[in-house]
Amino acid sequence: MTGLCAANRIAKQESFRSSKGSVFGASFDPGGAGASMNYNWNWGVFFQQTPDGDGAYWEWILAGFYWTIAISVAAWIIAMVLGTIIGTVRTTDNKWLVRLGNAWVELFRNIPLLVQMFLWYFVIPEFIPPLKGWMVSTEPIYAQFLSAVLCLGLFTSARIAEQVRAGIQSLSRGQRNAGMAVGLTQVQVYRYVLLPMAFRIIIPPLTSETMNLIKNSSIALTIGLAELTFRSREIGEYTFNFFEAFTAATVIYIVVAMTANRVMAFVERRVAVPGLIGTK
Amino acid sequence: MAMIECKDVSKWYGSFQVLTNCTTSVEKGEVIVVCGPSGSGKSTLIKCVNALEPFQKGVITVDGVSVGAPKINLPKLRSRVGMVFQHFELFPHLTIIDNLTLAQIKVLNRKTDEAKTRGMKLLDRVGLTSQAAKFPGQLSGGQQQRVAIARALSMDPICMLFDEPTSALDPEMINEVLDVMVQLAKEGMTMMVVTHEMGFARKVAHRVIFMDRGEIVEDARKDDFFGQPRSERAQQFLSKILHN
Amino acid sequence: MNLDFSVVTNALPYLWKGMQYTLQLTATSAVGGLFFGTLLALLRLSSNKILSNLAAGYVNLMRSIPLVLVIFWFFFLVPLIAQGITGAERPLQIGAERTAMITFILFEAAYFCEIMRAGIQSIPRGQVHSAYALGLTYGQSMRLVILPQAFRNMIPVLLTQTIILFQDTSLVYVISATDFVGAASKIAQRDSRLVEMYLFVAAVYFVLCYTLSYLVKLLQKRIAVIR
Repeated sequence: MTGLCAANRIAKQESFRSSKGSVFGASFDPGGAGASMNYNWNWGVFFQQTPDGDGAYWEWILAGFYWTIAISVAAWIIAMVLGTIIGTVRTTDNKWLVRLGNAWVELFRNIPLLVQMFLWYFVIPEFIPPLKGWMVSTEPIYAQFLSAVLCLGLFTSARIAEQVRAGIQSLSRGQRNAGMAVGLTQVQVYRYVLLPMAFRIIIPPLTSETMNLIKNSSIALTIGLAELTFRSREIGEYTFNFFEAFTAATVIYIVVAMTANRVMAFVERRVAVPGLIGTK
Repeated sequence: MAMIECKDVSKWYGSFQVLTNCTTSVEKGEVIVVCGPSGSGKSTLIKCVNALEPFQKGVITVDGVSVGAPKINLPKLRSRVGMVFQHFELFPHLTIIDNLTLAQIKVLNRKTDEAKTRGMKLLDRVGLTSQAAKFPGQLSGGQQQRVAIARALSMDPICMLFDEPTSALDPEMINEVLDVMVQLAKEGMTMMVVTHEMGFARKVAHRVIFMDRGEIVEDARKDDFFGQPRSERAQQFLSKILHN
Repeated sequence: MNLDFSVVTNALPYLWKGMQYTLQLTATSAVGGLFFGTLLALLRLSSNKILSNLAAGYVNLMRSIPLVLVIFWFFFLVPLIAQGITGAERPLQIGAERTAMITFILFEAAYFCEIMRAGIQSIPRGQVHSAYALGLTYGQSMRLVILPQAFRNMIPVLLTQTIILFQDTSLVYVISATDFVGAASKIAQRDSRLVEMYLFVAAVYFVLCYTLSYLVKLLQKRIAVIR
């Protein structure tokens, strides 16, 4: 049973590599397609028809881009929610909660993201039969999407937990005392006093975590998910116009990064507290 | 029954003892000034009264409620005890009026309008109604501390604790804060004030407590303390302080 | 579900070979990256606008796009550039492993650049002034006064970045280079034992990285005391 499903998934893993069954580098060799020494420039490649005939190559890029964004957004939500909870928990006085939070962070920090992706896609379903059942029966891309989102979401949540913890701990003890002194409960102190300021403080590192998240979404290609980088490489393999394809992907990533940056800078300005220059 | 009672309170940080058998009481309407050199434990003692700091031995009761009891509802207790901090500790992300209404709404469950009205009345009392919509970062230290006093008062406390309220202020702002505190004392508020401001003590204190190295060395009526302090340490301290 | 970890024990020699490549790649990339990163940092801090903008552009580019894409880029470009340099007839295939080394050195250089830049900027201006006052040239003051201090200050951060690099090297998987993960993956697919192999890989990385991070923390405490 295990062997069958594993073989199934191995086949899907192989599909991310060149569909011609050969490895990336070999399939790229122009020497095989003819003895031309020079690279065949063709920026119009994006308007060429794809082999399966249903559109042009730029639509592949677009599809890949959609999946990149989809993974990033879904994972970001998970990461923010979990990361905030765990980061907050690590600043409480409860020793066991703090230890649990620390263990969570250490677990996701010390294993490469690639390995975590494999664990989520190949290993964890083996321990959860209903999950595996769903993954095997549904469209591969949905199984890949779920694994990628869980992997990226939890990985990033550990990093965000670190930021949140650091942000809360940078606030003076006096703020917590003042909140308690007027009679707010522990939860209320976090909600109304500590977290509002902590989040303002950590907007810069949170921005770079968001950009990391978007970049890390590319690792989903190793489990066969056809996101942007996957698609650009695929176009290269079909047309040998690697330069054009990679440039498209590069430009898109840069634009997304700049946009994320601008959005966060805007948010930072909007929520800035008048009269406060930086932090305490 | 005294408003605040401390009986044989001792506290350790690890193996270091910071409070040793502190016993004192504050009657309703009394103003007590706690003074002493730095490191004497006066701030620690006052933070034990509203359980911001735990203590290992002894009993502290506020209005009959034992502060160290295991099942006690601390937020409820703390809502009845007002506290003013050395560094003001206003909530920087909230406007002045929101600083005053937050706890009223969330702890006392007052309606927003009622909380706002009370807040504005208190701002008027400390002379700062014009600053209601500003943020703490836009106010001076003296103004912030007056708001902090108003914030503590917004909870209608039965007593007020002050932890060196003027120590972080520039000299020209100390008086505006002390004036508010004097007024409060005259209105009959029970107050426990950690401070170096002996002028304030002379004006409104009923008793003065002198602490040194975690112990209450002297606990005398104001006139006795300033006239003829019994302990040598207190005498030394007074002579140093009063020379300024 | 039956786990059989004997597949791991049987494959240890092959896995060790993979790990050797991982360690090799990490070491060369760290050293090379640090060298070029420091150069880049000096370029970024130079008063020559063209040089500093070029350096900044390079660093920002490397930091804006995914490492996977960078790996693909270099895997595609390096043979072409080698062909151009050596004037060969067709693009030089130098193998995934060597391409990966070049890639990682040039990629990590961008990250080490930012670390060293912060380190250099944290040295008080007075140090530079006193070096010049003694008659040292720019090159000498950098080499003898500023960089040694900057480097020492940034050691914990540099080490942490190296640990991150150690984890990032696993991405050579996408060009089928055989590092530790690649070796494990090959065994896993050959023997259909994905669960055991990947759990083993995760455990090894966890133990190594956790221990190394802990050692860096200890080092940080030591340095803080000495200062």
